[in-house]
Amino acid sequence: MGNILALCEFNGPTLRSSALANLSFARSAATAHGGEVIALLLGAGAQAASSDAVKYAAKVVVVEDAGLAHYLAETYAPIVARLAKENNATVVSATATSQGKDLLPRVAALLDAGMASDISKIDNKDTFVRPILSGNALSTVQISTAIVCVTVRQTEFEPAAELGAAGTVTTAPAGAIDALGATFDRLDAQKSDRPDLGDAKVVVSGGRGMKNGENFKVLEELADLLGAAMGASRAATDAGMVPADWQVGQTGKIVAPNLYFAVAISGAIQHLAGMKGSKTIVAINKNKDEPIFQVADYGLVAEWEKAIPELISEIKKLKATR
Amino acid sequence: MKILVPVKRVPDPTQKAKIKDGHIDLTGASWIVNTFDEYAVETALRLLENGAENSRIAGTEIIVVSIGPEDAAKEIRTTLAMGADRAIHVVTTDAEIDALVVVKVLQSIIATEKPDLVVMGKQAVDGDANQVGQMLAGKLGWPQATFAATVELGADKRSLLVGREVDGGVEYKRVPVPAVITVDLRIVGSKSVKNGVTPDSHNYSGEGARLPSLKGIMAAKKKPMVTGKLGDYGAEATPMIKELSVTLPPPRAAGQIVADVPTLVKKLADEAKAL
Repeated sequence: MGNILALCEFNGPTLRSSALANLSFARSAATAHGGEVIALLLGAGAQAASSDAVKYAAKVVVVEDAGLAHYLAETYAPIVARLAKENNATVVSATATSQGKDLLPRVAALLDAGMASDISKIDNKDTFVRPILSGNALSTVQISTAIVCVTVRQTEFEPAAELGAAGTVTTAPAGAIDALGATFDRLDAQKSDRPDLGDAKVVVSGGRGMKNGENFKVLEELADLLGAAMGASRAATDAGMVPADWQVGQTGKIVAPNLYFAVAISGAIQHLAGMKGSKTIVAINKNKDEPIFQVADYGLVAEWEKAIPELISEIKKLKATR
Repeated sequence: MKILVPVKRVPDPTQKAKIKDGHIDLTGASWIVNTFDEYAVETALRLLENGAENSRIAGTEIIVVSIGPEDAAKEIRTTLAMGADRAIHVVTTDAEIDALVVVKVLQSIIATEKPDLVVMGKQAVDGDANQVGQMLAGKLGWPQATFAATVELGADKRSLLVGREVDGGVEYKRVPVPAVITVDLRIVGSKSVKNGVTPDSHNYSGEGARLPSLKGIMAAKKKPMVTGKLGDYGAEATPMIKELSVTLPPPRAAGQIVADVPTLVKKLADEAKAL
């Protein structure tokens, strides 16, 4: 009888879609552990977002404190670890976002917990499946510590549906806050009206073959036509053509949209690891021997300079008939 | 300043994964220093360099630690050839350890060596776990700056400003020393590491970690490498995380090459129902 403490990130008054994947995992884990799901909201705005969280979890714990204005692993980890114990949790989970990946191992250390990172499936209460070797193999791991920490891969868990009845909110104190001298300096954010790369139903990515950032404009036009997010290969982000946080791949974002366009991308293992879970993959490349064509559902051997403007006009035509 | 760099040897990721008896078959595999750890060694070198490559600020030291099988000594020598000063090799097998055991060994070494900084890769490219740096910082009660794309050493050498790649941008976090820094790929950009000594105008190659020079390889042969066992560092071979089995993901169904853009759009709309 152990509970599942599920850390939920939020954006303003609503939970992030990444949190819904974690709650979906947490429900499966709660069934396996015979306990209940406790959603944990930490930091500035947690109270406001709890009104959304109660739609998805019967119990919501909120910690809000002036000392938690910015996320810092140093201040968050001891609070999560303490609440895990206070709430009799045997699983502490987060989504494998940049915050989840930064925080959960630190929480695990404080709890002497074993951890399974970036899992794609829960097999049993202590057994999880996770991709290894850049997604080229799936490892089943069993963890025998009393408490287990888990980060879940967002694309592998359906977003949790709303529950019939609203849950209850409890407020917990932050306790003594000690950042160990660490301070948040600033966030250089990329502002965009497009959907988040991790959530988008359609992603349009460009690679080294786009040659320069200016050339991405035509891909952005395609993306905006489809309501898509923009992505890129590491070759394109490293060359400074587009922002680093557009990177799709093992070390960038892992995406699994309904439709993925890989334009002028060769298809390095590193990139494939980040997108091969996509439902339909379209590859457009002038070189028919590129490895991207091996994972593509539809391949078009063509230069992007010609193919993309034509694609935009054909899609516009299609839309006009509907 | 003294920097400790934990490194792991990993199977070369360009090899195709093979399964034997339910686990990855590493017979005849070729091995490399985990790319992120190699970048950590590069970062440590740049933090302690006096103006240019291979010119060190006096009194600084880089210690490489590796926990792994006996033949990992070869990969450890590679990091010494890059410019690290000495190595500690804790000899064990992968089956005997997990992240918690690794953290325990590192903690014990840190208690003795008292480094100002631990710099390591954000993850090993075989297990892809991305845990040890954060766990180590948690156990030590040190601040952490993970997924570092840039590092700037403060003028007093007592703090670092770290640019971290996070969802939605780059977060700048300041940490005092001692701290644990885990590095991401962009840390090897030509101007990603600033130590306040090497002039800002200096351009590092930006093409990954430096290759060992012939001189470096010769020098590495004479550099000290201490070997020990788990027990020497207060750890036991009691992994709490056990790999039950490994499988290969099902391959994607074969795709099709389409003749032209109109065909592509038609198929996406009618066949894939994706438009």
